[in-house]
Order: sequence, then C-alpha cells, then structure tokens
Amino acid sequence: MIGDLAAQLGVQLGQMTLVLILAPLLLGWVRRIKARLLRRRGPSIWQPYRDLLRLIRKEAVLAENASWLFRAVPYIVFAAIWVAAALVPTFATGLLFSWSADMIAIVALLGTARFFLALAGMDIGTSFGGLGASREMMIASVAEPAMIMVVFTLSLLAGSTQLSSVAEVMQGANVGLRVSLALALVALVIVAIAENGRIPVDNPATHLELTMVHEAMVLEYSGRHLAMIEFAAALKLVLYTSLIACVFVPWGLAAAGEGAVAYLGGIGSWMLKMFAGGVLLAVFETSVAKMRVFRVPEFLGAALMLGLLAMLLLFVSRGL
Amino acid sequence: MQGLSYDVAHLLAGLLVLLSLMLLYQDRMYALLRFFAAHALVLALAVAWQAYIQDAPHLYITALIALVFKAVIIPGALHRIVQRLGIHKTIETVVGVGPTIMLGIALIALSILVMRPVTEQADVLTREDLAFALSVLLLGLLMMVTRRNAVSQIVGFMSLENGLILAATGAKGMPFVVEISIAFSVVIAFIVIGIFLFRIRERFDTVDVAALDRSRGERP
Repeated sequence: MIGDLAAQLGVQLGQMTLVLILAPLLLGWVRRIKARLLRRRGPSIWQPYRDLLRLIRKEAVLAENASWLFRAVPYIVFAAIWVAAALVPTFATGLLFSWSADMIAIVALLGTARFFLALAGMDIGTSFGGLGASREMMIASVAEPAMIMVVFTLSLLAGSTQLSSVAEVMQGANVGLRVSLALALVALVIVAIAENGRIPVDNPATHLELTMVHEAMVLEYSGRHLAMIEFAAALKLVLYTSLIACVFVPWGLAAAGEGAVAYLGGIGSWMLKMFAGGVLLAVFETSVAKMRVFRVPEFLGAALMLGLLAMLLLFVSRGL
Repeated sequence: MQGLSYDVAHLLAGLLVLLSLMLLYQDRMYALLRFFAAHALVLALAVAWQAYIQDAPHLYITALIALVFKAVIIPGALHRIVQRLGIHKTIETVVGVGPTIMLGIALIALSILVMRPVTEQADVLTREDLAFALSVLLLGLLMMVTRRNAVSQIVGFMSLENGLILAATGAKGMPFVVEISIAFSVVIAFIVIGIFLFRIRERFDTVDVAALDRSRGERP
C-alpha cells in the first residue's frame, strides 16, 4: 500500500519535472516556427533555456519603493501555475494530485496568479504597471467567464468536473460529433490565446507601449524575479496546450497504474501533440494581425457567447 | 448508424443557429450577404441530410430550391441592389451589438425551454430540430427588429424563413406541396420587398426605414 503510494507519487513528481523541463522548449519551438514562416532563420529552440539561465545569474534590481509583495509575487505566480500544470493530465490520466482538485480549481489557480501579477504591476507605482494591470484585468473579466462556461459544458457532458474523468469520457466511443464540443473547442482556443498573451490580443515579442499588456506589468522586474515570471508564462502555455489536447485529442493518454511502457507511449504522444499545437499556434499567429486593445473584449465576447451556446445546446442534445 | 445520422443532423442544425447569431453582429453589408448565403448553404445541407436519413427523395428538391434560390440568386440579387442603390456599406443598428447578442442567446434559451416540454413524446431528432428551428426563427425576427436598414431587414426575414424550412423538414411526413408553396411564397415576398425597396428609395432617397416614420409624421 505504502509502496504503491510512493510509486504514484513518483510518477506525479516525474510529470511535474517533465512539464518544467519541457516548458521553455515549447516556447522555443513556437518562436522557431514563427521565424521560419517569416523567412527568418530565428534563434535556436534552446534559446529560452539560455535566456532563463542568464536571467537567474543576473543581479535582481528592485525599485526603491517596492514592497515585500513585489518580491514575493514572482514565486507565488510560478508556484500557482506549476501546481495548476500538475493537475492537468499531460501524458497520463488519474495521477495522484489530479484527484485533489478539479477544473474549477485550475481556473482559480490561474486567476490567483493573474491577480498577484496585476497587484505587483501596480505596486511600484509606475504608469506602465498600472496600465498593464488594468488591461490585464479587462481581458480577464471576459476570459474567465468564458473559461467557466467551457468548464461547465465539459462537466455536463462528462458528469464530472475532474479533468481526468473528462479525458476518459472523451476517449470513450459514445461521445460522437457534437456541436457543443466544437463550440467549446473554439471558445477554449480563444481563451487560451488571450490568457497567454499571444498575437491577436497581445504580442509577446514587442515592447511598444501602445500594445503591451503582459510585458507592461512585468516591466520593472529583472534578474531571478523576471526569470520566474518568464518561466511561469512558458508553463502556462504548456498548461493550456495540454488542457486542449487532453480534452479534445485524448488519444494516446495512458491511464494511471498502467506501467512504465504505457507512460512512455503517453509521453511520446503528448510531445507530438505539443509540437503539433506549437506549429498550429505559430501558423495562426503569423496569419492574423494584432487587434486594437478595445477590440479585445469583442473577440473574447465571442468566446463567451460560444461557451454559453455550447452549454445551452447540450440541453436539447441526446442523453442529457 | 442511428448515432451518426443524429450527430450530423444535430451538427448542421446547430451550425444554422450559430450562423443566425453571427448574422446578428455583422456590421458590413457585403459580409452580411455572404453570411446569409452561408446560412442558406447550411440549410440546404441540413435538408439534404434529412432527405437521406428519412429516405424522402422529395426533400432533395427542397434542398435544391434552398441552394439555388437562397444561396445563389437572392444574395446575388441583394448584392446588385446594394450596388445599384449605392447603399451605405455600414449597417446602423437600433441597439448595440452586445445587448443584441445577449437577447439572441436569451431567445435561444427560451425556445429550448418552450420546445422541451411540448415535444416530450416526439423522438429526439424531431425534438432538437424543432428547438433549433424555433431559435433560428426568433433570431430572424430579432434581426428584423434591431436593424434600421431595409436590406438587412430582408436578410432577417429570409433567415427567419430558413428556420421555417428547417422545422418543416424535421417533422416527418410534411406534404411536399406545403414545402413548395413556402419556397415560392418566399420568392414572391422577395420580389415584392424588392419593388418596395426601390419605391422607398425613389421617394425618400434612402433605405433607412426611419424615413417612413418621419413621412407619416410619427417622428419629428
């Protein structure tokens, strides 16, 4: 019994380390594909690791009027997102931690991270921080309800808010083609794009003050603090990609306790899905233009509408 | 087979509702007409699928009529009208986009709530088809109410009528004569409205229906 538990804990810790190790790789991969699509050579896909190492070695500079909050926030954000990532079935369902919290808890953890980041943006008192924080909150106030609608749709379908059970139901044969699922997928993709600050909403590669959202909030951070925040952003990208993959393309997921071979297969298919997701993201990002900030609520409103519709349509469909 | 035929019918009908909702927030005239053509195309597909699963060959004719008239001829004719009358390319709405969409979603919820208890005995395919058809109909009505431009009111009317066809084909054993007469009455209505449009334009130099109110002295 104790040995069993220890083995499960080992797998869970392995998953957490794997997510941590692979997060910068996905970021590097997306940047690489984007550069190739723009016919640039682009940095190597290992560049995000080098950036993180460089930032960790550098001295952290603090503003004079920074409070303890400013110093604590990078670690809080990183921890919240890491825990949320541990709850998502990446290569196997039903890992040890996944039973302790459900999809709503994941949304809450991400919300906590966002809240603290916005607080830190305002802590120093520079105008950029306040601007970024207010924009981030504006986006979040529409993105979060949309996310909750998607969560409700999936939970109604699967009869559970546990992500692992949802993934298992989706793997089953009797899901079929459903309008609700298609709508929920589109809504979730829009939310993921907004939450990760990808192109139509925010550009992660720019420092142009008119368009910054995420970058404006973290402008005052440097050194190891900035490294933590960048790492958390990379983790968040992996989290959302895995979330979409495990719900909508759940094939190849191993179930808990199937042994090392199944886990290895699961890791292989998970990495394939990650790379495919990265390519799709890069293609999408190069084919659309950045939106004006005030258009963003409309874009996210579409996600909210789709999520709401997906939930409504479930009530006329079969078997509910 | 039962599962798949149901799933595809559900998918197409749901897509029709989604397109109705998307018609509501178009703010460009040509985009509106393109979306209307897509609406009719999806309707034709849904009707053809119903013909296939109900084994009713006369429904293929209904699908063909929907495809030819509503996806090709009517949007084309409206396109020409817009061009010839030199109508303003942006659409003025009475209510803002956000409240309209919220109203639309509330209408969908309402039609589902109404249709579920009424059609308790009917089989599940008819049931969801009727609920979707009612919501397409109500969304078309909403579109006619919230637009001030006569062309977009026509589009609202036509999309309302698409909902009627969806309801008619979803119910098994609807006589062919009824469907044909619906289709032709719509074409007649389109012609009448088209002539009307030219008359309004001739007299008031605009297709904004608010001009009619002013002419009747209802508004200063």
